[in-house]
Amino acid sequence: MTAAVFFGCAFIAFGPALALYIFTIATEPLRVIFLIIGKASEGLKSINPDETAPSMRLLAYVSGLGFGIMSGVFAFVNTLSDSLGPGTVGIHGDSPQFFLNSAFMTLVIILLHVFWGIIFFDGCEKKKWSALLVVLLTHLLVSALTFISPHYGINLVSTYIIMVLMGIWAFFVAGGSCRSLKFCLLCQDKDFLLFNQRSR
Amino acid sequence: MIFPSRDFKVLSGFSSDLEARGVLCSPEPGTPQGRAMLTFMASDSEEEVCDERTSLMSAESPPPRCCQEARQGLEDGENAAQWRSQDSEEDLDDADRYVCSGVPGQPLGLEEELTLKYGAKHVIMLFVPVTLCMIVVVATIKSVRFYTEKNGQLIYTPFTEDTPSVGQRLLNSVLNTLIMISVIVAMTIFLVVLYKYRCYKFIHGWLIMSSLMLLFLFTYIYLGEVLKTYNVAMDYPTLFLTVWNFGAVGMVCIHWKGPLVLQQAYLIMISALMALVFIKYLPEWSAWVILGAISVYDLVAVLCPKGPLRMLVETAQERNEPIFPALIYSSAMVWTVGMAKLDPSSQGALQLPYDPEMEEDSYDSFGEPSYPEVFEPPLPGSPEGELEEEEERGVKLGLGDFIFYSVLVGKAAATGSGDWNTTLACFVAILIGLCLTLLLLAVFKKALPALPISITFGLIFYFSTDNLVRPFMDTLASHQLYI
Repeated sequence: MTAAVFFGCAFIAFGPALALYIFTIATEPLRVIFLIIGKASEGLKSINPDETAPSMRLLAYVSGLGFGIMSGVFAFVNTLSDSLGPGTVGIHGDSPQFFLNSAFMTLVIILLHVFWGIIFFDGCEKKKWSALLVVLLTHLLVSALTFISPHYGINLVSTYIIMVLMGIWAFFVAGGSCRSLKFCLLCQDKDFLLFNQRSR
Repeated sequence: MIFPSRDFKVLSGFSSDLEARGVLCSPEPGTPQGRAMLTFMASDSEEEVCDERTSLMSAESPPPRCCQEARQGLEDGENAAQWRSQDSEEDLDDADRYVCSGVPGQPLGLEEELTLKYGAKHVIMLFVPVTLCMIVVVATIKSVRFYTEKNGQLIYTPFTEDTPSVGQRLLNSVLNTLIMISVIVAMTIFLVVLYKYRCYKFIHGWLIMSSLMLLFLFTYIYLGEVLKTYNVAMDYPTLFLTVWNFGAVGMVCIHWKGPLVLQQAYLIMISALMALVFIKYLPEWSAWVILGAISVYDLVAVLCPKGPLRMLVETAQERNEPIFPALIYSSAMVWTVGMAKLDPSSQGALQLPYDPEMEEDSYDSFGEPSYPEVFEPPLPGSPEGELEEEEERGVKLGLGDFIFYSVLVGKAAATGSGDWNTTLACFVAILIGLCLTLLLLAVFKKALPALPISITFGLIFYFSTDNLVRPFMDTLASHQLYI
């Protein structure tokens, strides 16, 4: 229950979300508004009438991130503030890894929300009801898994596996492909290179 | 420094002229803008009279009459109210909550899109200071005990809430609210009267006195309490030097010239200080009822034809005169392109976003009130003759809005369980309200009050989160269940 625990858990839980926010959203005022307002974006969509498809994906990503951040924050912030105060974790026989487990769980929930958002929006767009059903069911599954809370191992590992699967699915849904991934990783992506050389 | 603002059409954005505290106005290109009025709020502390922040509202010239009148009325009302008694803090609210839209009757289509697009940018430019102010207030509330201790009440809320029955308490809080609101109304009317009879020096002097009190006395108290909380010793000479420098630079920045960022920082700080005073001295139930009542009053005063604020706006518009330096948060600068004679002033404009002379000069070329002319947007990025003026106006939000938003969030953080979920919910609610208000501004293009939507959302979120969501989330978190 020290500052180290507080900062450590805070960054574990919210670090990736914050990084996503800073690198993808903070530079674009419209996206910030999407984040705050969430799905109420019909009016804002009119700003980009010619780019409906990407803006829908962007909206999916931003609202997924927004929902994820809100859900993670609401679930974890009181625990975090308690971790700054005095106390002994697990004094009654509970696990002493309470904070760490909560932090990792929060992180995975936030990322899952992002992926679910992308998949869900795409499913709605293309009327793929199976996608919607799968998103719903995995959400329920992840929540149900948390019921076995003393057994952190199973809980966390399976949730992370689900997250990775959802991530891969969302990647392909959002238009990625193995090729583009390869280009990106090997820095052969033309857009990326052009972007880097823009200042010249 | 002149920026050719390529994408910036004058139509979008918010007029820097119009703001009073809480007034957001979209700039009307080419509408000659009047000056803003200062509204002043006096708040009372237990020891002495506190001054309230003033908000500056600039009225625009006749064409957007509704806007300007409302704004002027708002400002005047607030000013009068404030100087009159030293006690009304509510004046802030009046002036503040105006959202003025720039140009009425613009052709839709491209301009609308641009309006929305730049509206988004301005929304973000407002999110940041509002967020900062709320963060400062919440951080102080959570760490410094002084501001959550009950230590007496303001004289505007004479009825105590330590009553044996719930009904009595409710009655007392309603009575407190009535007194507060009537003080505000009285001050507003006094302000209108003062402005009508051109007592500018009086207004100006009062404004300076109020800033002095806020920047020196409240800062001293705040610093003292923070040092006490963290058990840090500071000797009097150092304290004197610190407070003196802080206050003097603040006075210069706010009332004269200074870097924009410093100005903004000072305005945020004094709004936070005022909000802390309110949080400390308003009893609980009274605070919530007052917040609700202020929003209703704001709505009424801005939108009703007979509202004092509207009258104020009208008067200022008739006179078409600059108003005193405002205590309005301004998020961007005004500059002009292609106007040679304005170059020196536009340099000044960088520093003084609402410098009366600057703004007036910059609008000289827009003398004609006919929108279609002015609105013909010059080709972006093509500096032409003198008619080509591209101005970027920042969004301006009156300080009273800052204060009342922060009061709501601070009260949510201070009361009861000190739950973070409630605080965050109120914070998000206020931002959503602000966003919607700006959207409405862009849609309606007339003066709108800026408090009602945000405060309504904030109140709804506060009560529902505190009573419904909090127990639920507490149980979930303690069992590590995630939904």
